[in-house]
Amino acid sequence: MTTYYTKDHEWIAVAGETGTVGITDYAQSQLGDITYVDLPAAGTTIGKGDAPCVVDSVKAASDVYAPVSGTVTESNAALADAPELVNSAPETDGWLFRLTLSDPAELAGLMDKAAYDAFVAGL
Amino acid sequence: MNAIDAPANDELDDAPAEPETLPLDDWHRARGARMVPFAGYWMPVQYEGIIAEHLWTRSSAGLFDVSHMGQLFISGPGGEAALEAVLPIDLGTLKPYAPRYSLLLDEYGGVLDDLMVTRWNEGFYLVVNGATKWDDIAHLREHLPDEITINHLADSALLALQGPAAAVALARLANGPVPIEALTFMKGGSFTLAGVEAWISRSGYTGEDGFEISIPAEAAAAVAAALCGESEVKPIGLGARDSLRLEAGLPLYGHDLSPEINPVEAGLTFAINKRRKAEGGFLGAETVLAALAEGPARCRVGLALEGRMAAREGAAVHAGEAVIGTVTSGGFSPSLNHPVAMAYVAAAQAAPGTELTIDMRGRRLPARVVPLPFVPHRYHR
Repeated sequence: MTTYYTKDHEWIAVAGETGTVGITDYAQSQLGDITYVDLPAAGTTIGKGDAPCVVDSVKAASDVYAPVSGTVTESNAALADAPELVNSAPETDGWLFRLTLSDPAELAGLMDKAAYDAFVAGL
Repeated sequence: MNAIDAPANDELDDAPAEPETLPLDDWHRARGARMVPFAGYWMPVQYEGIIAEHLWTRSSAGLFDVSHMGQLFISGPGGEAALEAVLPIDLGTLKPYAPRYSLLLDEYGGVLDDLMVTRWNEGFYLVVNGATKWDDIAHLREHLPDEITINHLADSALLALQGPAAAVALARLANGPVPIEALTFMKGGSFTLAGVEAWISRSGYTGEDGFEISIPAEAAAAVAAALCGESEVKPIGLGARDSLRLEAGLPLYGHDLSPEINPVEAGLTFAINKRRKAEGGFLGAETVLAALAEGPARCRVGLALEGRMAAREGAAVHAGEAVIGTVTSGGFSPSLNHPVAMAYVAAAQAAPGTELTIDMRGRRLPARVVPLPFVPHRYHR
């Protein structure tokens, strides 16, 4: 499994044709306390750069962009009762949704962990 | 990831491009605050997290730095009559050292700012909003006679200590003509606080018991450190200040109040003092007195939402299919654990219990009109 990152602070962990999407630790630290996550339904078709998911914090709502195109297979049901998982475990239990990639070649445009860490360090 | 509705930085419209620093800037940074531009200054938005800070203030005591706010001292011959020409306040009933809420209105009755007015020796002490203070000073200068002096107390810092433990913590550090506990809500006096001369009033913007404290800027860090040295007190950021005031049903200028809104619509008729309702004679009186007589076409109301998705400023409020209002403040209530909002809605839909919906991102969120405040005030009366 390989994890890729976007400049908008999403991550996608890819195994075969399945990707799991979330926001990075940097992103959650910037948002502050997360109170609600609006997740896409299974079967939703999304294009790279679409905003299928919204993360609500106490102060503001933020779009989460799809790192790649695909079809949503599952969203993280645990977030309905515990949206704070996105704060406490953004890159593990606080994942947002899974999708089947429609064009794995899109991954080539994303950053690896080292490149993302350098990107954040420069912010 | 990208913010859809960034925090209230629209206050920056008239502010200088590069935010200025306030007296406690280093103090906040040393305590791990995240600093953001607000009202033209770098301000602490949060320390450990908005929800934790919010709940700490409701259960113990929080120290807020509100030094961005404008502190003015107005004096001169005929000051009383001059101020009554610009504010709908009855200064004849304003006792010394007792702050009173008032409104700066334009000639059409629109709200230019909300403020606190206190009678001091030789003049009046005003506290106005940070984002509006320069416009307020210009407006007052334009409408007050030349012999009236407006001093901007720019060398004073302003702190707020809020929460049920505020009095016990402050009492250990303050000395004055009366014990600090002897002040009741909306009373104030001069005290020595951690060795520093301070104007302290029992007032605030959280709905809790608490105090507002004006001190010389150069002493601000020492006073803040002394207050936070008390076990009940933690520093609290602007994020929790906003969620606390929302729960307390208190309007925020630039959001719930603006020149497009008159005080009757805002439910602030208590700020039009009784004699002024009868006599008028203040800027905007024509509109305000007519609105008082006829009743407002729209009203500021509280909305309690189901679910967890918050309604945000600007969202349309519906009754059935008809758009009947707009959300002016909204967010998650940490004390109630559900979202709440303030909105202006048509008077016909303003009664508590009315079922409405709010349009958020293509969804219709069910919302019920509820009385304000959402969380009961706990003032020390």
